Amino acid sequence: MSGPDHKSDPGNATGGQLPAGSEAAFSMRGTLLRKNLMTALLLAPATLWLVVFLVLPFVAIAIFSVGERAPEGGYQAAFTLAQYANLPARATAFWNTMVLAPVGAFACLLVAYPVAYYLALRAPERWRLILLALVVIPFWTSLLMRTYAWMYVLGGRGIPALLAYVGIEDVRLINTPGAVLLGIVYGYLPLMILPIYVSLERLDRRLLEASADLGATPLSTFFGVTLRLSLPGVMTGFSLVMILLLGEYLIPTLLGGGKVFFIGNALVDLFLQSRNWPFGSAIAITLVLVSVVVLIAANRISARLSGARRVDLI
Amino acid sequence: MRAFVIAVFAFLYLPIALVVLFSFNAGHHASEFTGFSEQWYGKALSNPFLVEALKNSLFIASTSALLAAFCGTAAALGLQRVGARTRGVFDALLGAAIVVPGVVIGISTLVALVQLFAVVNPFLASVWPTDQPPRLALGYGSIIAAHGLFSMALVTMIVGTRLSSLDRNLIEASSDLYATPLTTFRSIVLPQIMPAVTAGFLLAFTFSFDDFIIAFFVAGAQTTLPIYVFASIRRGVTPEINAIATMVLAASVLLVLLAQWQLGRRKPSP
Repeated sequence: MSGPDHKSDPGNATGGQLPAGSEAAFSMRGTLLRKNLMTALLLAPATLWLVVFLVLPFVAIAIFSVGERAPEGGYQAAFTLAQYANLPARATAFWNTMVLAPVGAFACLLVAYPVAYYLALRAPERWRLILLALVVIPFWTSLLMRTYAWMYVLGGRGIPALLAYVGIEDVRLINTPGAVLLGIVYGYLPLMILPIYVSLERLDRRLLEASADLGATPLSTFFGVTLRLSLPGVMTGFSLVMILLLGEYLIPTLLGGGKVFFIGNALVDLFLQSRNWPFGSAIAITLVLVSVVVLIAANRISARLSGARRVDLI
Repeated sequence: MRAFVIAVFAFLYLPIALVVLFSFNAGHHASEFTGFSEQWYGKALSNPFLVEALKNSLFIASTSALLAAFCGTAAALGLQRVGARTRGVFDALLGAAIVVPGVVIGISTLVALVQLFAVVNPFLASVWPTDQPPRLALGYGSIIAAHGLFSMALVTMIVGTRLSSLDRNLIEASSDLYATPLTTFRSIVLPQIMPAVTAGFLLAFTFSFDDFIIAFFVAGAQTTLPIYVFASIRRGVTPEINAIATMVLAASVLLVLLAQWQLGRRKPSP
């Protein structure tokens, strides 16, 4: 499945056409063998890693998800869809996630787009790289620490204390859905800005000039050209943020207190506390399926609107 | 628009700045700054649990990043030599390793490893000559492996991008001048991809050092720094945590800047 593909190796194809038996063919075959061996050796560690720590674990939870919970917790072999039928038991977690993930991703997009637009098309040349670095740095710094910073700001001794100082008492900010939404926008903003920036930066500026020359107002140029051509970046950012949000645990836990449960919270509970692994596996598989649907939908949309583009995360 | 952009950057950096500021607060209370002091740093660094967690995190991050840098670079080089179909399979798996949420990676690795240990440990016990057979368990190894998955995929992508922009003429010229493939690799390819490998290593280190959710599931009895900090935060916000957060943030920023600098070096003009 994932070994070197001999059939489509161009070097191999020419090798096969040489007359067998001749000395040239022998040495050629030796070189090819060595070449293929080298390729296999180079790919072996990565293949092993991907199979043992990505494919097999996924197969394991797929098997668990159709199993039963052993009386003492853990897993008992079975083939039943009972775990999937039981999914409504965690309806609140699903509901919260399915509402706050798209809303959060959209809020992220609204904040990110103007920033990406400014960076790509308006920022002075010497500032652009510095500003871009300032976007990338939070992306690679600890989400835990950054979420903690907001706990600090929204907590009793942060903004509420300041508000009390000017006479507005009893404002509750932390442990609300609003705080979770704020944390989501804060945490995933860099991930949304980067792909949009990339697609805007590649935009052919002459199209904008052409649009203006043909009498379009700036507003209709923006909607007709700029926004349209940057949609692949928008879809990439939106689907990445959305998928990562589906599995988010830290933000709802730290900023939502015990009040806003996500699927991530349900999974931590089922795997680390109440130890109902088969049910947890069924939830995890559902989560992955939803992610795949989101990815496919996003790909379809951006493929329809323009050619697919790759995005580098740094 | 400029005002909006400035506001967004303020939004990104003000909370962090506040944490850094209050990590130097002399007083105990978060609401007022009562004077400069580095006492919380001293308190944090003399906490044995914290130091232990920090050591674990440094060990795990450096080991997994080193493994990822080697395997990821090898994979990127290998992928240059295979057909489109194999490449497609690898790209899909590597993409999945990056995109699948950490929660799912964490629990699936936990499930798979626990099942594996349940098979391997009795077997080891039955064939081991002495009374104390080695027992496989969750710990350093499982965190390193799970972090290494994401990191390796990351390194493969970064190095792969650099490889695809490599000047083929140089390689041909080198072999035309009778350099062995090994010499060509050492003197042409390696120097060109080295900045990407270093950047990949640094980002992999940063990822592993900062990751909470994957380690939370597969750490077993071990504690990493993020796990320790998470547990402390849930007990309440203290100036000591501000000091730890400041140190971790400073380390991350430094590593990311280093990685960016490496990636920017000798960047081929498009």
